[in-house]
Amino acid sequence: MAEIRVNPTRMELKKLKTRYATARRGHKLLKDKRDELMKQFLAIVRADKELREKIEAGLSRAYGSFSVAAAVSSPAMLEEAMILPRRQGELTVGYRDMMSVRVPTFSVKMVGARGGYIYGFAFTSGELDGALHELGEMTEDLIRLAELEKTAQLLAEEIERTRRRVNALEYIMMPQLQEGIKRITMKLDENERGNLTRLMKVKDMMLAAGRDMAQAEEDEEKEAE
Amino acid sequence: MHKIAMIGDRDSVLGFMALGFAVYEAIDADAAATLLHTLARDPDNAVIFISEQYAAQIEADMARYKDTPLPAIVTIPGANGATGYGMRAIKSAVERAVGADILFKE
Repeated sequence: MAEIRVNPTRMELKKLKTRYATARRGHKLLKDKRDELMKQFLAIVRADKELREKIEAGLSRAYGSFSVAAAVSSPAMLEEAMILPRRQGELTVGYRDMMSVRVPTFSVKMVGARGGYIYGFAFTSGELDGALHELGEMTEDLIRLAELEKTAQLLAEEIERTRRRVNALEYIMMPQLQEGIKRITMKLDENERGNLTRLMKVKDMMLAAGRDMAQAEEDEEKEAE
Repeated sequence: MHKIAMIGDRDSVLGFMALGFAVYEAIDADAAATLLHTLARDPDNAVIFISEQYAAQIEADMARYKDTPLPAIVTIPGANGATGYGMRAIKSAVERAVGADILFKE
């Protein structure tokens, strides 16, 4: 692991401690964010899965009746019947904020006759009516599916990013800072001990010198007597 | 006013024509990819449906739009039936977020 190389001073120690506190707070916040994102994501994905199952079943039914319709009428006729939309879907796009992820919301308004068919009944078959009816019923679900899938994709990306950040803080940033703080503290303590022994040594030397001087004075006095 | 686009082969898209979707026919996956990029460039196309048989082949092209709010690119089964591709896409999103598949335990 790369280590943080700084001068072992109290100034740097203070800086590192502040950084560590910030990292820890950030880590906690991001972890909470990740958990909440995950909760919402799972709810959306479950709804998405259900809706997709419904749509896949509905579409295969609609395609089934459609192919029957295609079989009984000529392709040109079929296309002619479809070329003019029976009902127009008007799509409005909004945005909503989901844990500070901007996700789109879609709402579709169907305009046009609900039950009416734009083509004449003379050249088309009843299966076509059925197929179109089924498809028409599914439009709103399809748009809802689009919204859910997009939201799920965007949330998945955000969760991945948040998870990386949480891990980076937890396994890289915070241990490094802790290591740095520990090293500086140890170095400072070591200096302190060094200082203390030096002082004790000096004191001993001074006391010894004092004793020697006292002894010398005593000897001098004795000699003088 | 935003538009709903649909890319697929002829049989798959024809029905959606009647719903007022902007329908684009693609004869193969390459054509579908080109169409996809052209459509995605236009901000009016908010939702682009693409039929599964092409979607499976142009995954990389679709991934480009995964992380932007618009357009929403959604795969739906084409006329040849569901291939399960759409479900796999959900599964991969779960795997991306959670790190493991927790929804489709089989």
